[in-house]
Amino acid sequence: MKRVLPILVALVVANTSSAQTPPVAPAAGSAVGSAAEAGSAAAPAPAADGSAAAADTGSGAGSAAKGPMITVVPCPAILGHSVVGPDLNPYPSVTKVGDYEVPMNEPVRFELGAQDLLNDTPDGAGIAVQANAPTCLLFKKAATYPVHSSSNAHGSIKVKAWYDVLADMNIEEQGTFWMPKAVNKVADDSDLMFYSVLALSIFFFAGIAFCTIYFVIKYRHRPGHKAEPSASHNDTMEITWTVIPTLITVFLFWYGWQSYIRVVTPPNAAVEIDVLAWRWNWQFTHQNGVTDSDLHVPAGVPVRLVMTSKDVIHSFYAPAMRVKQDVLPRRFTYAWFEPTKPGTYRLTCAEYCGTSHAQMACLATDDTGHCTRRAVVVVHKDLAEYKKYLDDKLADQMNLPPIELGKMLYEKKGCNQCHTVDGSPRVGPSWKQPDWGKMITMDGGEQVKMDENYVRESILVPAAKARPGFQKGAMPTFDTLKDTEIAGLIAYIKSLKQ
Amino acid sequence: MATEESIPESLKTLPQAPVSEPDFLHITKGWKSWAFTLDHKRIGMMYLFGILFSLLLGGSFALLLRTELWAPGKTIVGPDTYNQFFTLHGAVMVFLVIIPGIPAALGNIIMPIQLGAPDVAFPRLNLASFYLWCSGALLLVLTIPFGGLDTGWTLYTPYSLETKTAVMVATSGVFLLGFSSIFTGLNFLVTIHKFRPQGMGWFQLPLNIWAIYGTAIMQVLATPVLGITVLLLTVERFAHIGIFDPTMGGDPVLFQHFFWFYSHPAVYIMIIPGMGVISELISVYARKPIFGYRFVAYSSLSLALLSFLVWGHHMFVSGQSRLANMVFSALTFTVGIPSAIKVFNWVATLYKGDIRLKTGMIYGLSFLLLFTIGGLTGLFLGILSVDVHLHDTYFVVAHFHYVMMGSTLVAFLGALHHWWPKFTGRMYNEAVGQLCGLGVFVGFNITFLPQFVMGARGMPRRYWDYDPQYQIFHQISTIGAYILGFSIFISVVSLIASFKYGKKAARNPWGGSSLEWSAPTPPTLYNFEKPPVVHELYNYDDLVEVAPDRWERLSDAPELQDAKKEAH
Repeated sequence: MKRVLPILVALVVANTSSAQTPPVAPAAGSAVGSAAEAGSAAAPAPAADGSAAAADTGSGAGSAAKGPMITVVPCPAILGHSVVGPDLNPYPSVTKVGDYEVPMNEPVRFELGAQDLLNDTPDGAGIAVQANAPTCLLFKKAATYPVHSSSNAHGSIKVKAWYDVLADMNIEEQGTFWMPKAVNKVADDSDLMFYSVLALSIFFFAGIAFCTIYFVIKYRHRPGHKAEPSASHNDTMEITWTVIPTLITVFLFWYGWQSYIRVVTPPNAAVEIDVLAWRWNWQFTHQNGVTDSDLHVPAGVPVRLVMTSKDVIHSFYAPAMRVKQDVLPRRFTYAWFEPTKPGTYRLTCAEYCGTSHAQMACLATDDTGHCTRRAVVVVHKDLAEYKKYLDDKLADQMNLPPIELGKMLYEKKGCNQCHTVDGSPRVGPSWKQPDWGKMITMDGGEQVKMDENYVRESILVPAAKARPGFQKGAMPTFDTLKDTEIAGLIAYIKSLKQ
Repeated sequence: MATEESIPESLKTLPQAPVSEPDFLHITKGWKSWAFTLDHKRIGMMYLFGILFSLLLGGSFALLLRTELWAPGKTIVGPDTYNQFFTLHGAVMVFLVIIPGIPAALGNIIMPIQLGAPDVAFPRLNLASFYLWCSGALLLVLTIPFGGLDTGWTLYTPYSLETKTAVMVATSGVFLLGFSSIFTGLNFLVTIHKFRPQGMGWFQLPLNIWAIYGTAIMQVLATPVLGITVLLLTVERFAHIGIFDPTMGGDPVLFQHFFWFYSHPAVYIMIIPGMGVISELISVYARKPIFGYRFVAYSSLSLALLSFLVWGHHMFVSGQSRLANMVFSALTFTVGIPSAIKVFNWVATLYKGDIRLKTGMIYGLSFLLLFTIGGLTGLFLGILSVDVHLHDTYFVVAHFHYVMMGSTLVAFLGALHHWWPKFTGRMYNEAVGQLCGLGVFVGFNITFLPQFVMGARGMPRRYWDYDPQYQIFHQISTIGAYILGFSIFISVVSLIASFKYGKKAARNPWGGSSLEWSAPTPPTLYNFEKPPVVHELYNYDDLVEVAPDRWERLSDAPELQDAKKEAH
């Protein structure tokens, strides 16, 4: 029964999801595959149990739920996660007809005031929010629903996993004139050093500038004015202005060193997360096997990062945490922090690594090429919420139907940095191809059929072949992908064929 | 001090240009007399024009990249081209302009004359240095058509091992440029040791020469490490032997150690000649000896030696051990002290002076303020915990531009204006010079002050794209860059125009007391018509302005010379 249920679940998923292709065979194969495979992460062996349990509870599971995808539910006394408004800021409820992101599988409150909201898609047929009538809706599927009001305002409701909604929020930009607000328990010491040396610098600069300008004005040449004799040296002054700066620098060094030791020495860490960097993506692997390109961490608990690179030197830099550490190939480096405040924070690569150094793990760009959604650090409000993230995301990863899994991996594994899905070539060929199932010519003349084998080889041994016009060997190997993930990518690519 | 009435009339008729033979610019003609010259002044002038051209090239890359950064996303170019812009800007400026700048151009032209010598110790080696510079420069520029360069001027591995751009062409160029620098340093060391006249002991040397001496020590000791490093990088790229490549057991961080072991002393090779120039400028234009001469002289030497001990401060987050970080942080603070001593001494020199704001002085005063900011912001980066936040952000970019451009390049421009009349025989347009000097100061600050704030707010460097929160800082910075670039361009054009339009220069337009001002303007082939007489260093008592922009020594008056002869 434990073996059969996931297959049945997969079949149901295949039939009810919005995919155009009938992926029955691959889905079944992948479900069995995932149950049998040990996997590279610490995913517990009873994957079948996990997915079965998730299917039953409905929380966090992909589209495994049955029945209407949008239902009206009673509004709970305490609301769950925030929604994200058109300005990308968090709000407790949807307050107008516009572009919102809302979490899946929990009640979402609509308080529209005098507007009403009408749904434009079959999934939501009949579901509407009346004016002046706060309503709570439950969305069970990750999808985007266009909506409008009878006053002809238009918008969309994008439904995503709650943790991805958090990651899509605007980055916290609160801070002083000089720096973002520090959100790491041990950052206050280094901030104190920054402001101390800032004050010192302003003091010395003001002194030197004042003396210079004053002397230039007072002793400027004018008719009849001459230089007057004065001492050519003064050993006491020299010694004074050598000794005092030396003492100051001893203090700066000492307290800099002490605060540095705190910044780089983790306590017996409560949470350890593996970091893998490559051109141009981050992959954060949590202790239960969850992988993500955003870094989700709990507040109030020390987090230790164990980091390595697949290719060149990158650097993990979270300004709000005041944490930076180079990430090296064939070596592990470490960093730690203890977040103090929930929120979404900037994450950047701080060691030049090539073309998309400025856009590591970029999930969306606008038409000037500007990255509108880079990877972020999401600090959950406490350890319990972080654990819920781990459970929900793991279930999602296990239970997503293949095409949705492939689409998620396309973004989360950084394939999007080099491959588009709209037909235009980038560093690599676009995944939207008219040639599926046909023979194509490789660089070097050989003819190969573009099928599942070809895609699999391209993922595992990318240096084996190249299409004309693309650089052989430019793509790194993704041989740590599980078979279910490879199947998902294949399904996604197939779904894109013209 | 002489009053107006007591200036002997005969001083006003003393010859300014050489009388016994044509000056060095006119004594021989034709391109071969320049291409095969052994005259340090002609070699220095050829260096100067190469360096000014490179400044234009490097500056163009800077304006291109700052234009791209006007808005997030693509403004004029995509990320690959942008990465080439910042790489080439850095490589051209560091290797072709700032490292050779003051020593190779102005040091070559002026230092032997200031020393009272007829030439450098090894004139042929000097010419060889110049041609090595030309070859290295050509190779570096040839990277552009042969695939470009996108590694950053720092060439970090493993990226520089994998990129398909023309790394080996660039490293070959850098290798040759290194030898140019080593030979120049060697030449200057021997010249300063052996070619001083009677009466010029070590503590009668102008501080400019102390600075060149300290620089030459670093050039000779540090540059070979750069040569070997780029050689290893070239061999690794070509033969894949696994020195730096981790997939073959190599260590990419080792490259950083080798690279910075040279490149940290290199930044002192850049700044110390600038400091030497500033000592001259401030002294002459304030009519005062440099306060604390010995301390300033010793600080040039101590900086030269201490600079070898701090390279690891570029690598605090590289994966280097905590012990190494501690040692490098402590040593880094020591290296800031001699620089601070110099700044205090220069400001003290202004006390009770008689200050003229000629172009050279405007650059000199700019240096004082901008170098202070550059040096103080270095303190932030030396503090380990603060550096963790600021490393590889725009804060570092602003810091090094304050010391490399706001200080070294400003000193270079000041020196250029100060000595221009001496070696060209022409006065530049003073008003244009002063205005451009002000433009450089203002434009520079508008460009780089916002970058400190941007960096502390978390904006990483070498980024083609950025979050909209940073846009206002980038835009202010770009506007400043255009003001700065325009000011430098106009000042160089104005200098070159003086060949045609400038009035003839006097022998001593500024009233300097060091030996180059007693040589004719322009100097003869072997610099002096009569053997130079060493006067007390930085003593301006004897000098009077007999006409606008023309100074003479009272003791040079022919009546007094005759009286001396009669007395014997």
